[in-house]
Amino acid sequence: MVTVRLFGPARDLFGAPSCVLDATALDVLRDELAARGGPSFAALLARSALWVNGEPAGASLALAAGDEVAVLPPVSGGC
Amino acid sequence: MVLIPPEGADWLAVTDASLPVAQALDFAGDPSCGGVVCFCGTVRDHAEGRPGVETLTYEAYREGAERALGELAAAARARWPELGRLVMLHRTGTLVVGEVAVVVVASAPHRNEAFDAARYLIDELKRTVPIWKHERWAGGSGWSECAEPLSAQPAIELS
Repeated sequence: MVTVRLFGPARDLFGAPSCVLDATALDVLRDELAARGGPSFAALLARSALWVNGEPAGASLALAAGDEVAVLPPVSGGC
Repeated sequence: MVLIPPEGADWLAVTDASLPVAQALDFAGDPSCGGVVCFCGTVRDHAEGRPGVETLTYEAYREGAERALGELAAAARARWPELGRLVMLHRTGTLVVGEVAVVVVASAPHRNEAFDAARYLIDELKRTVPIWKHERWAGGSGWSECAEPLSAQPAIELS
């Protein structure tokens, strides 16, 4: 199982700060999240980066049990 | 909570604590550096289409943000090898108008490199560090509409 953490507006639209999914690759997980989260969330997800274990990751990276995926929507740090 | 400057030449942090601007300037001082540029981003009382902003709440993906700050510092040092010290501190939590949300300091032997590096660091910080701003204004509240997709790498050339 893979733990997914969601941040900022992605967390709000998904309705939870985290979830657990069974996916063997990042692109599969992206599709599963989109299906779970509904159309508004899916639209934001399409503009979001997915990082794995704290680092940027390739779109189809293989996932292993215990991995942590972060859903990072468009950013607005600074001022 | 109080932020303590580190031993090395880069002071990078994402923190709930109030940002120590004077201490950041002091940290950036170096005998070889004749230019120290400090940028402070402060909470403004309005946003695009949102008059009367009262508070901003910043949320960070802390592990990712700290990693991204490290990458950004390394990119700046690769571009301006003469840089002395660098500081990038970003607040999280709820801030009121006038509070400092971000501090960037760069020191270098001469002013051009210090100005250029400080500008580069704040511009790239906004693109590459996973932080989100939630605005509460007179008419409501919501996530900032001035957001851009997260970039995995800082720009190599100045934009």
